[in-house]
Amino acid sequence: MNLTRAAPWPAGTAPFADPGETELLELSLGPQHPSTHGVFRMNALLDGETVVRLQPVFGYLHRNHEQLAERMSYLASMPFTDRLDYFCSLTNNWAYALTVEKLAGLEVPERAEYLRVILAELTRLQNHTVFLGFLLGDMGAWGSVLMYGFRQRDAVLDLFEALTGSRMMCDYLRFGGCRCDLPPGWAAAARLVVDSYPGFLDEMEQLLTENEILRARTMGIGGVEAKRLVNAGVSGPLLRAAGLSHDLRKVDRYGIYDRFSFRIPLGEKGDVYDRLMIRLLEMRESLNILDSALRDLPEGPVINPQAKLRNFRPPAGEAYGRIESPKGELGFYLISDQSPQPYRYRVRPPSLINLTLLEEMCVGAKIADVMVILGSIDIVLGEVDR
Amino acid sequence: MTDPDRLLSLLEAGLPGSAGRVRRWTNPGPSGQDALLVDPDAALEVALFLRDHPELQLDYCSNVTGVDWLPREVTESVTTTETVGGETKEVTKKVTRTEPGYLEAVYHLYSVALRHGPVILRLRAAGREAPAPLPSLTPVWRSAEFQEREIFDLYGISFSGHPDLRRLLLWDEFEGHPMRKDYVAPDEDGLPAIETAAAKGEANR
Amino acid sequence: MTTMGTTDESLRQDLARRGVHVTSLESLYNWGRAHSLWPLQFGLACCAIEMIAATMARHDLARFGAEVFRPSPRQADLMIVAGTVTKKMAPMVVRLYNQMANPKYVIAMGACAISGGPFREGYNVLRGIDRYLPVDLYIPGCPPRPEALLHGVIRLQELIRGEKLSGPGRSRAADPAVPGEYPIPNYGPAGLRPPFNPDLWQPPSDPDAAPDDGSDAVTPRETTA
Repeated sequence: MNLTRAAPWPAGTAPFADPGETELLELSLGPQHPSTHGVFRMNALLDGETVVRLQPVFGYLHRNHEQLAERMSYLASMPFTDRLDYFCSLTNNWAYALTVEKLAGLEVPERAEYLRVILAELTRLQNHTVFLGFLLGDMGAWGSVLMYGFRQRDAVLDLFEALTGSRMMCDYLRFGGCRCDLPPGWAAAARLVVDSYPGFLDEMEQLLTENEILRARTMGIGGVEAKRLVNAGVSGPLLRAAGLSHDLRKVDRYGIYDRFSFRIPLGEKGDVYDRLMIRLLEMRESLNILDSALRDLPEGPVINPQAKLRNFRPPAGEAYGRIESPKGELGFYLISDQSPQPYRYRVRPPSLINLTLLEEMCVGAKIADVMVILGSIDIVLGEVDR
Repeated sequence: MTDPDRLLSLLEAGLPGSAGRVRRWTNPGPSGQDALLVDPDAALEVALFLRDHPELQLDYCSNVTGVDWLPREVTESVTTTETVGGETKEVTKKVTRTEPGYLEAVYHLYSVALRHGPVILRLRAAGREAPAPLPSLTPVWRSAEFQEREIFDLYGISFSGHPDLRRLLLWDEFEGHPMRKDYVAPDEDGLPAIETAAAKGEANR
Repeated sequence: MTTMGTTDESLRQDLARRGVHVTSLESLYNWGRAHSLWPLQFGLACCAIEMIAATMARHDLARFGAEVFRPSPRQADLMIVAGTVTKKMAPMVVRLYNQMANPKYVIAMGACAISGGPFREGYNVLRGIDRYLPVDLYIPGCPPRPEALLHGVIRLQELIRGEKLSGPGRSRAADPAVPGEYPIPNYGPAGLRPPFNPDLWQPPSDPDAAPDDGSDAVTPRETTA
């Protein structure tokens, strides 16, 4: 173990009479750790309990998604995108389909666009729901909030399973539309889930927002000003918690998001408390979108009849497409050389890039806060390491 | 505001002499995302200009990635004038030549402040041999930090000026750069690769 | 230790109806162990989420006595390898196994832990954890549903209840010849060194005849349907 000498206390600031010299402690957290959300590892340098340096170590779930995708057909990569951010397979599908549609110039029928919005917002709901559970688990409330979250998430997963045949790995979107139409009764079942959600959110807010321990653990922790977040490429709820109105559903207006009225919740300080509240408020807005999307869902085909599934060869060129996934900006970058496989296939992972400022957020905080800050970033290792 | 011609004229006005060092790269596909091909020596200057120009404010570097372009054979028709026996005539010949391969770093820039983009920068290294140097744009956009480390790890482009250039995903003892098109993972147990329809490139519904 | 063979089965059942329970030490010991499995709280990838879902309210792994997930390997006796084992992660997984106390069991949950699954052809993906660890039970699926994990746990309990503590065919933990620890592989220039533990796993001699289902390994194994 590499122990490093700490700098002596500046004159007049020592908390005890004869400070002498303290030794810094190097501590490795992970890759097996109950709160690193998978196989994430951090090398922290501690002065007592205070973090002096913190370096993330990646790659423990690097399963070569990009290389595999460059060796298989465009469509065959679709189920692999499910396994990037394995909480949000449908938004991953959408980002990939959107990019291929840009690459090939494909149109998407209106009903399919509505279905995509409905499924993306349901994905956002269930992602933020378990996010709350895991974040509270990181603070020590292990079990109960997570259990409420998973109970509610299972209601959404039942909808996914009824539609796509799988709880988590949906593989539902296709270039130019969706794989199949809704089964009978699905929209009514989705309506029931959507109607039950406000009650769940009320319960969560009652449980969480006034909780003294939660406020003490989250307020003033991990905040970074918005300008530096932008420079570091941080996106999604983290950026909005710092007070910057940047949501790709409004900025890019991809799909048919310009047809729905919803607000962008904004935080003030960008600390962990704001990040938590942003997610709670975002769920309410998602419910508004779901409400009107389920009401206005038009009839029609769910896939563009011109879309080729077999022997699909997009014209030579390249495209970058991005969507607002529950974690942030999820992008795909594809280069086509007119062969059935993409020449270059790149995933822009929000989880990885949101970690760029992890050290800045953690330095000066206590070691116990590191887990809370990491939890508030909301990473999934399948996406960080790909 | 992301029309490359407009960008080029702004660049020429703000950075005199950049015309020869930044060129337009036209995307043949329907996405319409053209790029700027930037001379590596001018990259840092151009990046700072794009970030700080009030009309552009490209403050958000979304995506950084590497691309490995293998050497390829190009067959083209070359028309020359030849004088045969005092008679001058045009002769068209098919000429095959090998274009050298190179490594490329691609940056996708957006403006959060002005809500426009993408502006795409392409930086080309001289060849494919390590260390294939390129200037790092991490001092301009911090978001490039991990992504340039990933390119260094998987493609072997070494970014000069990067604060902490180490392998990102693989371990330090690893040799080679596995995302390169000619990388072959060593066979460890003699088992044949599973020949799936997907692996053979046949789309299966 | 006595075995069940010395007790008349009908007499035992007759006594049980009268409230007198006669058993062997072996059965009692196995019964206790089977119903208090403490899994290691460690997830690798997608399958870990279904593993968590199995412990939550709807599927409720606690009904089978296996809900006490311990973050420390010293307190755990069941390792559920839930997700893709990359070559970078494999040494840590073996080290965690070595740190667990005997008797200990390994479940390979999901296609990736069994064989590398969809990511098998990746340069950083280990083609099955059974190359380094003795796997007791395989649960196929990508990811397996929580019900599949429940089924796997029940099958593991059956396996434990049938274990012998002495004599020929005794369990791994009771056999002093079976190591409780396995060598930890090292990072090499292109993969792990050694690429597999030859005591546990050997490449099939004729790849065309024998599919890579691990059927040549030395440990008892079960596969859920």
